[in-house]
Amino acid sequence: MSAQSLPQPTAATRRLPRINPVYVLVVALILAIIVMNPAFGEPTGYMNFLKRVTALAILSAGALYVIVSGGFDLSVGSIMTLTVIGSSMLASNDPNSTYWIIPLMLGIGAVIGLINGLVVSYLKVPSLIATLGMMITLNGVAFMWSGGAPRGYLPDTFRFFGRYNITDIPVISLLPIAVICLVVFGVILWWGMHRTNFGRMLHAVGDNQQAARLAGVPVERVRISAFVVSALTAVLAGVILGGRAGVSVDIGSGFELQAITAAVIGGAQLLGGRGSVPATIAGALALEAIFTLLNLLGLAQPVRLVVQGLILIGAVAFATYQRKRAGR
Amino acid sequence: MSDVPTIEMRGISKSFPAVKALRGVSFTCSKGEVHALCGENGAGKSTLIKILSGVYRPDSGEVLIDGQEQHFKHPQEALLAGISVIYQEFSLLPERTVAQNLFLGREPTKNGLIDNKAMVAETQRVLGLFGVRHRIEPETLVADLDVASQQMVEIAKAISLNAKVIVMDEPTAALNEAECEVLFSLVDQLRASGTAIVYITHRMREVTRLANRVTVIKDGEVTASFDHVPAPDVIVRAMVGRDISEYYPEPATASEIGPVVLSVSGGGNAALRDINLELRSGEIVGFAGLQGAGRTPLAMALFGAAPFTSGTMTLDGKAVHLTSPRDAIRAGIGMLPGDRKAQALFLMQSVRDNGMLTARSFAGIFGGHRANRFTDLNGMNALLDQMKVRAPSYEQEMRFLSGGNQQKAIVARWLALRPKVLIFIEPTRGIDVDAKASIYHLMRDLARAGTAVMMVSSDLPEILGASDRIVVMREGRIAGEFGRSATEAELMLAATGETGVAA
Repeated sequence: MSAQSLPQPTAATRRLPRINPVYVLVVALILAIIVMNPAFGEPTGYMNFLKRVTALAILSAGALYVIVSGGFDLSVGSIMTLTVIGSSMLASNDPNSTYWIIPLMLGIGAVIGLINGLVVSYLKVPSLIATLGMMITLNGVAFMWSGGAPRGYLPDTFRFFGRYNITDIPVISLLPIAVICLVVFGVILWWGMHRTNFGRMLHAVGDNQQAARLAGVPVERVRISAFVVSALTAVLAGVILGGRAGVSVDIGSGFELQAITAAVIGGAQLLGGRGSVPATIAGALALEAIFTLLNLLGLAQPVRLVVQGLILIGAVAFATYQRKRAGR
Repeated sequence: MSDVPTIEMRGISKSFPAVKALRGVSFTCSKGEVHALCGENGAGKSTLIKILSGVYRPDSGEVLIDGQEQHFKHPQEALLAGISVIYQEFSLLPERTVAQNLFLGREPTKNGLIDNKAMVAETQRVLGLFGVRHRIEPETLVADLDVASQQMVEIAKAISLNAKVIVMDEPTAALNEAECEVLFSLVDQLRASGTAIVYITHRMREVTRLANRVTVIKDGEVTASFDHVPAPDVIVRAMVGRDISEYYPEPATASEIGPVVLSVSGGGNAALRDINLELRSGEIVGFAGLQGAGRTPLAMALFGAAPFTSGTMTLDGKAVHLTSPRDAIRAGIGMLPGDRKAQALFLMQSVRDNGMLTARSFAGIFGGHRANRFTDLNGMNALLDQMKVRAPSYEQEMRFLSGGNQQKAIVARWLALRPKVLIFIEPTRGIDVDAKASIYHLMRDLARAGTAVMMVSSDLPEILGASDRIVVMREGRIAGEFGRSATEAELMLAATGETGVAA
């Protein structure tokens, strides 16, 4: 085969960096919201929006690690629930408890992620099933722990991350702690995925597991680490969500699918090998923006679910179509 | 024997994009005869059979069945015309019974329901025809049968379809000695009952035992056709007799070949026995043999992917025990797999990421992706340049590159780690002629730089042209060792177990 038969990108496509459509989508949705509700353009409007989206954004970026490695993690929503319920049960209204509860919850999260990873890597249970089992188990544990009704409260020290705003800041006037968390964890997760050997190996394992093994990638260690990252971000998302919304028994339910939807909107390949942390965070923003729009239009919760389902299917179909057009 | 052959193929030509697969091939087979079709891998045997069975349509030429011209548009039409093909991979459904498989898609019915009784009775009758009624029960699941019995079910299926022609594509590939005998007597019976049999093989023993006539194809053309069965070496010569092209680099001189780098003594596992082997620095050793002779399992054993379970292996004189590819890579062994797409390529990742991967795998997990102790982005660019990988940019996804460029990028992956031993499996499979030559030169350059190169190949001219020493394998053992002056016929005879004839 000669050079002529290679698909040569035209000069134009080579010079213009290809913009992920998710960024265009986010901008368009936010403009639409501002048109319908000018108050959204004020700092209290968009900062509250960002605050609301933080838990999902961090969660999605963590779940992306598992998706890029070629798996699914359905247990993240139940880890969020366990974090909120467990923290409220352990805190017994003691403000000083936060300092040991959050590290403890992160430890529990790491163990859960480790178990997910070991079951998937060594017992060869498909990740969809392994983490579905984990999700049911953890929901049961949270239910038993709480006795079926939310008891106890989260102390203010715990709720600091999800609820507190720094006020009297020039230009933006207020800055929620949650938004700082989003930036900090977003950067850490971006660095891990896009600037380390680990991130490159995640992509390789998700792209072609057998080839990865023969190229010397420690496939099991990489896959297990992805599940641990995913579970840890679920704990962080739980802390932020619990802080913002308080205690309820099914607080995390549905988040696992929202996280997958956000990653897919951000252009992640569902069977692994491709995915971007910034685009996934943008995907979470887009999803939340759509929900906000539906709210403004006065549509109720059931419609929200219908829309989320359609988006998931539509995003995958769109990505497949684009790839086909690009030559494969 | 009637005058009109059961099948007659006249002047068949077929091209695929970039490949001329068949050129003016004619082939006939009559009632009550076994016509052996011989040729190397990729000679065009399968294409010819796929045209006969309606999978492909020829660009020119005609197919006649019992003297009538036929234009099959679908394999089903060929099947109805009485042509059954038994491929190497069986088309049976493993979770169904023998009887259900025999009647798949044409189940007898009674009152609108499947008539199980009739199905079982007919299956028993057909199996009885060739005396395997006691070996195979109609209501056994196919998955529970051994490979030979599954093959018999395939043949029984062909018989129950009243096949006039049965094509067998290397039917003994998966059979042991005793099973082969059962198959041979079955072929004899089918011949006696008037079936026309096309028997594809490259094993001379089977040709001698079974065939009435022999046709040899090579590079898409008939190179020899015999109305009797000639001596094996005559057939072998017709199968391989082509000129060695000049694009192979100069072989190693005596002074370039260095000390033993890797040695194995008494190595064995499920697929290998009594492997004694030495690879020297500066030398390219070619491994020849038929499919299933154990060449790839040997490469996988050396690379730790399917380790030896017995024997000892040394690397630079020190005993090593490699149980995973990571062990092997750490010890200084690299491997380029034969099935690149399934085993080597990351199609969605960039060319450079493909090249960097192994180096990154052995650097710290949270180390930066730009540089590690083996190489960095600039170093990888330089290696890719040195390999002459042609890509618009090394940021390009791997899937957009041609086979040859993909292979060169994977060589760069290993070069970054400077391995002592580099194993190439089918290094030029699916690669065009120009790129082939550059891969040979690349292997030679590596050897000159002191690497011990092992090359597994099914392409005999390539083995002879690129190797300094040639090892022939057969049935999991090393069957012979040759210098580079060996002939293709000698290698082929060693590979097929006909060494006695050559000597």
